[in-house]
Amino acid sequence: MSGFTSQPDQDFGVRIHEALEDAELRESFHGAMTFLREKRRSQFPDPDALENLRDSGAAIRDRALAKLPDLLEQLEDRCRHNGIQVHWAETSDEANAIITGLIQSVHGQRIVKGKSMATEEIGLNTALEAAGFTCLESDMGEYIVQQAGETPSHIIMPAIHRNKASIARQFADQIPDTPYTEDVDELIGTGRRVLRQAFAHADVGISGVNFAIAETGTLCLVENEGNGRMSTTVPDTHIAVMGIEKVIEKLADLPDLMRLLPRSATGQAITTYINLISGPRRDDECDGPRQVHLVLVDNGRSRIYADRELRATLRCIRCGACMNHCPVYERLGGHAYGTVYPGPIGQVVMPQLFGLDKAGKLTQACSLNGACGEACPVRIPLPDLIRRLRHEGVTDDPASPVRGHGRQRQASEALIWRVWATIHAHPRLYRLVTRLATRSRRLLPPLPRAWTARRARLEPAPRSFHEQMAQRRQTEPRP
Amino acid sequence: MTKAAVDRVYLFGTCLIDVFHPEAGMATVRLLEREGVEVIFPPEQTCCGQPPYNSGYDDQARTVARQVVERFAEPIPVIVPSGSCAGMLRHHYPDLLADDPLADAARDLAARTYELHEFLHRILAVKLEDHGEPVTVVMHTACSARREMGVREDGLALLGQLANVTVCEPENAEACCGFGGTFAVKMPEISVAMASDKCQAVRASGADQLLSSDCGCLLNIDGMLRKQGNALPAHHLATFLWERTGGAS
Repeated sequence: MSGFTSQPDQDFGVRIHEALEDAELRESFHGAMTFLREKRRSQFPDPDALENLRDSGAAIRDRALAKLPDLLEQLEDRCRHNGIQVHWAETSDEANAIITGLIQSVHGQRIVKGKSMATEEIGLNTALEAAGFTCLESDMGEYIVQQAGETPSHIIMPAIHRNKASIARQFADQIPDTPYTEDVDELIGTGRRVLRQAFAHADVGISGVNFAIAETGTLCLVENEGNGRMSTTVPDTHIAVMGIEKVIEKLADLPDLMRLLPRSATGQAITTYINLISGPRRDDECDGPRQVHLVLVDNGRSRIYADRELRATLRCIRCGACMNHCPVYERLGGHAYGTVYPGPIGQVVMPQLFGLDKAGKLTQACSLNGACGEACPVRIPLPDLIRRLRHEGVTDDPASPVRGHGRQRQASEALIWRVWATIHAHPRLYRLVTRLATRSRRLLPPLPRAWTARRARLEPAPRSFHEQMAQRRQTEPRP
Repeated sequence: MTKAAVDRVYLFGTCLIDVFHPEAGMATVRLLEREGVEVIFPPEQTCCGQPPYNSGYDDQARTVARQVVERFAEPIPVIVPSGSCAGMLRHHYPDLLADDPLADAARDLAARTYELHEFLHRILAVKLEDHGEPVTVVMHTACSARREMGVREDGLALLGQLANVTVCEPENAEACCGFGGTFAVKMPEISVAMASDKCQAVRASGADQLLSSDCGCLLNIDGMLRKQGNALPAHHLATFLWERTGGAS
């Protein structure tokens, strides 16, 4: 199914267990996340400057979202003026049909794709395969996972779960005339050779879009390997795919976002390539695509947009800083989530795009420690949104704006909280319960094994604080 | 609010202190009283409502939150010896009760809510004198104290006043200990993985004692260390501060 690498809620517990049992995986993620956090920190040495920049980033994204319908119209208008053909897709199926149709219309045979989460989200590769096309991933990480029949485990570093030995084996097995080597430079050289061949003969290049600038009708793509530039320059047809929220108002908004994105993502001051695409090849130009298409994908975003609080979800610039700082992601890795977007942003985006009935359980895999919200360069209040979605998951309000609302509600849990609220709303009852807990410790219902399996039994104090204070009031009268 | 202006405060005792660490509550009262501050402890208080709130049961959380707002109505500071409960009152009550008749009162309560160590350090500017033997402590600052309330420095500054106390933080100090309220029982495997790493870092610090200003974290880390059979004395920061500075309980 598009957007999912499996049914996220189904077997989530099994995947958690497997991930935690995999010592190598835990080690890799711990090392990688620590490295990335430190690199990011070193890029923002001045905390005040970072906070100012985050304010600016959040304001730019909020301003764009506040005017989203108008900006999308302006973007369409400016793009058309520049010679970019614009297509609208409400669902992933529509988007896939549009892209397949475009490839067929130019009799495309050899398709390369730059890194794009939007195309992962809509399940483009699967749709193209069903239509008889093969699309080669040209980002090195994406190439590795595609060749292995896997999915990305991180939105910025798709193959971060893999080590060099396993990639060495894979290349030796699957790429003809490739000797086994764990030399990283040689491995990259091998991948490059394959990809260069593919670029040279590609007739269709597919890419994502980091930001689309409404004012000028410009598509901005950020990348490190040059594959994005190759995919969008060499083939005669370039198809760019973006979620509708990626539009920004002005070219002048771009520098601050560029100060935030690579530093938050990979801890780089700037990426190797920032591609600004403003149209197909002109008559006096010697290279570039003959056709440029922009596919604007909604796929549930309008629904997110309609709720004032949840709208902050759409500020996301897909840097991955939230997952790099998430203690749960660090221990599970991306695949355990079973979703295209893993980690905190995935826990917020996926249940909204695909429904709480399918992905609501993801919202439980969070201790609300706040590290993601602190790291987010555009100040998405991720912990608040995760908590909000937990509420939508268990609410019995039929007017809830989130698809699949109430589907996480379990009668037993709802009963526990009703009883809990009754006790805590009646101080005499509360005192009775705490008295029982402190006096008759053996009578306490045993705590779930979930707690006691690895922790000592909780021991209530012999006299509660309330009791001690009551006694103090009698024996030590205050002035 | 200046020091001179504070002669009376409310104490919100928290349910975990009530049942598991009453001595931290008593230490809180005495630390405040020593500064000449009268401590009012409304006996009808129970919990802040955070457990159901974090689980998404807003109605149940609201039922309890309304009572807190009503029982702490006088316009004096509310002192909370826990970062996460203080965070609940300060940052979440205004949203939770936004459409309630008590909305204004909730915002007012939020504005005069303080985490204990923040209040001792920033508002009362307490001066502490260490009466204890040399000791090394490892301080775990809870995520909500660190991020939501921003009071990590206050706890460390108070400890820093104690001449014979060497303070360290566990490696990867900003990492969550894995408690997260109901998270610990809803996602036990992930919680245990996080708690194990925290316990290892606490042990590796080589400290003689574990301190935290949040009972949830303390129950989690201390509970696991005890199960592992290598616990070290674990105290709420208020208890430690009171005992070091000559307080007899």
